[in-house]
Amino acid sequence: MTEATAAARSIVIERMMPHPPEKIWRALTQSSLIAEWLMENDFEPRLGGRFQFRAKPMGNWNGLVDCEITAFEPPRRLVYTWKGGSVQNLGHGTALDSIVEWTLTPLEGGTRVRMEHCGFGPQNASAYDTMSGGWPKVLERLERASGRQG
Amino acid sequence: MKPASGSVFRALADPTRRSLFERLCREGEQTVWMLTRHARISQPAVSKHLAALKSAGLVRDRREGREMHYRAEAKGLSPLVDWLGLYGAFWRDRMDRLEDLLKRMDQ
Repeated sequence: MTEATAAARSIVIERMMPHPPEKIWRALTQSSLIAEWLMENDFEPRLGGRFQFRAKPMGNWNGLVDCEITAFEPPRRLVYTWKGGSVQNLGHGTALDSIVEWTLTPLEGGTRVRMEHCGFGPQNASAYDTMSGGWPKVLERLERASGRQG
Repeated sequence: MKPASGSVFRALADPTRRSLFERLCREGEQTVWMLTRHARISQPAVSKHLAALKSAGLVRDRREGREMHYRAEAKGLSPLVDWLGLYGAFWRDRMDRLEDLLKRMDQ
């Protein structure tokens, strides 16, 4: 799956990394390591752990992302909720009630790292399910329409 | 004023509104009467959903005689597209940083 086609429903990024899953798992679940590549945080590495990411405040958003770990299966799968932002903001910083899922698959010479961020907010965590059918079609039409106009 | 992306999400989270919007994207301009014929709800309910789509910036209306005509406003989806684009860029950047970190870490 390419990054572009996956983006129609959610953001999916898949990369092959020349490191063992255990090492990547540490980078995904150790607070000080997470801070080096993602954001400041108080990550609590256990199922049900609640933590926050701290980004720079933006518009009406205080910069905090509230998270809760809903799957913690070392060194293969990590899922956390991702809630924060403000409906006043567009793009990055907008209100999100979303889910981030990490999947590590060991391969010869490394690991396939897959990150999926599905977020349809605000206040409608279940909207993703209802939308996943109609959404790509709407976006296709939008692309065609904007191609005609521009 | 440009509606916030939140109102676009809310407007399209409802399956009836989404199907009305999709119909307008597909068929072009439609009267409320034409839309009601295909929806399994009353005309006042259709009008209410259209009003919600309008306030989210997703449709435009025009009165002709006694009939209201509606058409899709594809530009109304742009907050969503911005969101996907910007978050996509955000994660690609963070994945680059993750790869840099992994290079620096011990096994």
